[in-house]
Amino acid sequence: MVTKRTQNTTSAVYLLLLLALSIIVLTGCGDSQGQDPAQFSNNKTVTANTNASGLSDFEMKNGIGPIKQIIELSALDMKLAKQGEDIFLSKCASCHKLDERYVGPAQRNIFERRSPEYIMNMMLNPEEMYKKHPEAKKLLAEFMTPMPNQNLSFDEARSILEYFRKAGNEK
Amino acid sequence: MKPSGNFFLLTFIVAVIIVSYIGCNNSKQSFSGDVSSQVYVAPGTYDEFYTFMSGGFSGQMTVYGLPSGRKFKVMSVFAQNPETGYGYSEETKAMLNTSYGFIPWDDAHHPQLSQTDGVPDGRFVFINGNNTPRIAKVDLKEFETTEIIEIPNSAGNHGSPFITQNTEYVIASTRFSVPIPQNDIPISSYKENFKGSISFIKLDPKTEMMNLEFQIIVPGFNYDLARGGKGPSGDWAFFTSYNSEQANTLLEINASKNDKDFIAAVNWKLAEKYLKEGKARTMPAEYYRNYMDHKTQTAVSVKNTEVKVLDPKECPGMIYYLPTPKSPHGVDVDPSGEYIVAGGKLATVIPVHSFSKMIKAIENKEFDGEIQGIPILKYESIVAGEVKDPGLGPLHTEFDDKGYAYTSAFISSEIVKWKVGTWEVADRIPVYYSIGHLNIPGGDSKKPWGKYVIALNKITKDRYLPTGPELTQSAQLIDISGDKMKLLLDFPTAGEPHYAQSLPADLVKDKTIKFYKIEENMHPHATKKEKDSRVERKGNEVHVYMTAMRSHFAPDNIEGIKVGDEVYFHITNLEQDWDVPHGFAVKGNNNAELLIMPGQTRTLKWIPSKAGIHPFYCTDFCSALHQEMSGYIRVSPQGSNVQLSYSLGDNK
Repeated sequence: MVTKRTQNTTSAVYLLLLLALSIIVLTGCGDSQGQDPAQFSNNKTVTANTNASGLSDFEMKNGIGPIKQIIELSALDMKLAKQGEDIFLSKCASCHKLDERYVGPAQRNIFERRSPEYIMNMMLNPEEMYKKHPEAKKLLAEFMTPMPNQNLSFDEARSILEYFRKAGNEK
Repeated sequence: MKPSGNFFLLTFIVAVIIVSYIGCNNSKQSFSGDVSSQVYVAPGTYDEFYTFMSGGFSGQMTVYGLPSGRKFKVMSVFAQNPETGYGYSEETKAMLNTSYGFIPWDDAHHPQLSQTDGVPDGRFVFINGNNTPRIAKVDLKEFETTEIIEIPNSAGNHGSPFITQNTEYVIASTRFSVPIPQNDIPISSYKENFKGSISFIKLDPKTEMMNLEFQIIVPGFNYDLARGGKGPSGDWAFFTSYNSEQANTLLEINASKNDKDFIAAVNWKLAEKYLKEGKARTMPAEYYRNYMDHKTQTAVSVKNTEVKVLDPKECPGMIYYLPTPKSPHGVDVDPSGEYIVAGGKLATVIPVHSFSKMIKAIENKEFDGEIQGIPILKYESIVAGEVKDPGLGPLHTEFDDKGYAYTSAFISSEIVKWKVGTWEVADRIPVYYSIGHLNIPGGDSKKPWGKYVIALNKITKDRYLPTGPELTQSAQLIDISGDKMKLLLDFPTAGEPHYAQSLPADLVKDKTIKFYKIEENMHPHATKKEKDSRVERKGNEVHVYMTAMRSHFAPDNIEGIKVGDEVYFHITNLEQDWDVPHGFAVKGNNNAELLIMPGQTRTLKWIPSKAGIHPFYCTDFCSALHQEMSGYIRVSPQGSNVQLSYSLGDNK
């Protein structure tokens, strides 16, 4: 791990807060984003099955972090995607291009490799992902520069996800 | 020179020598029991208290943890700091503007925590600049200096920055009296022409900005330290003075003649009332107020041209002098607000005045003359008691939560514990050596956390490994939770740890910010997206709009800069994570580096003097590819025709 230090307790508190915030935000936004607020209100899909990494099947597929439920994606929201593009340009584009390997991997084809939930968890919880998830570990070993935690809100990360969807459709 | 003066001086010197000698011999005391466990803070766990220590002649303030004595941060205040670029970067230079121009150093003595209802509230810590009179405000959300105000009509801003019990005012008094207004006159006309000043700086409760509300012009003594009252004495502030002889040469002798000097008791509520009634005179005075504009992340200097001044002669009841033996230094109000303890550097007792007796003496007009319109109260009418045998050179007193007071004794190098009310000495402990101030967490407040006293010592002699003629400065941590004081720890400090204030960590640690939100960065030269990074030329000015992100700068190749250009690197740190500052240094810059906090923009000015290739790089290690966080600037001779260009990777 090459970041200077991490505060596990603090991170945990933040994750809980983030989860709580996600619930509040989603409840507030309701159907405007075509999602069921109840999706995030409990953790029932986390199963007891674990593999060699000590992760559940859900975590293996979808990453570790505040996203513990399947995100149902509906029709592409162009407005949300535009918001996501703006945030991406400010907080991510120093290291990620759409079509070429840069400091980090190219992002346009991200859906071919990762689930939406995994992408969200990676954006919102990079430190823990690098520590515990075999895929994230592999990527760190390949790129050597860990993806910084840019302290995105759930909504910001969700809008970036929408931007990736839009970008993926364009090619 | 009178023989009595010589005799006194000689006795004094001999006493110092004897005491120092005894002190040195006793310095290797043995410890009973395991005290190390009391100061051990296990890796990954937190200290219980923050302590803020003055940096003395370093002009800075340092943050330590208690009980470990671990150093956390040097906060840049009155001195440039090449570590961060404070006072060097274009954004922070204005913090050090004064009516004398840019002053990159000062002598910082007394940290003072803000209080609400007489108890530290964890919002701010203030500190004084003695040399070019200034007061700084450090915001404990950021641990950064956010405002500095200059004090006019002052010289040697020593008696500051003390506060009233709700931080309504930050108060200051001048150590050196000077002509007010300044004037080119013979020094020997001191008695006729020199005056002191006491300043009241209002902290606006909404904006939290400082404003020099008014000054009181006082007789030309040396004013030394101050304390705001609390509880019953909350409307008052107290200022020690020495040199009531009004000498202007060889003060060591000539200012030590009178048996008693004075504490000036100022009714600031009444002063406020006189101000409202228009009793103040407006006089011209040039002084600066500098503050950090949070939106633009840039310091702004405002020049003030006048100050409102009150004259005690026209303001009856505003000030009284309390006679106090002898050359008093500290003036300290106990947690109840009733007792005013003086530390007479040359006194043989610690005099303690009673606030209620003082009020009664004022009502009964028990006066012993007056000086320039200020009534002198009768010593016998106001004194509550005297602590006998308090050590040699009692300086400064703080209080615990069990009714005890702790006084530092400079000459005999000890701390003396005594009972408030009976004035009896209960315990004493040697310190190594020459203690000045001492500090108990909240020890100047209504609610002391009486667990430790910290001795702030001037001399360390044989306590540490030698480092040439200059040894480390030192603080000592002493357990005061039991009946007997117990030395726990020596720890080195930045020089000079003149005074300190401490408070429970919980009052601060959860309020600190982790990064500056990039969305809120309204710096006029911010670059919030890497794709907006660019280089622009305006005549011989070149503006580099650069971004920093683990682990590269954008752009990282720049050509077309010429010798003698004024190059401004405006660097924005795009990180939004805790503890990931980026550094920036360029070869041959006769300035400093920058340390740019996450979400912040900072500007470094560089005038290249030689043609050639100049590397720049990040100085603050944050990732394995830290070494790769670098770039090149090509500098061409003046008049060459190399076109301005810049790039990052191959795609620009």
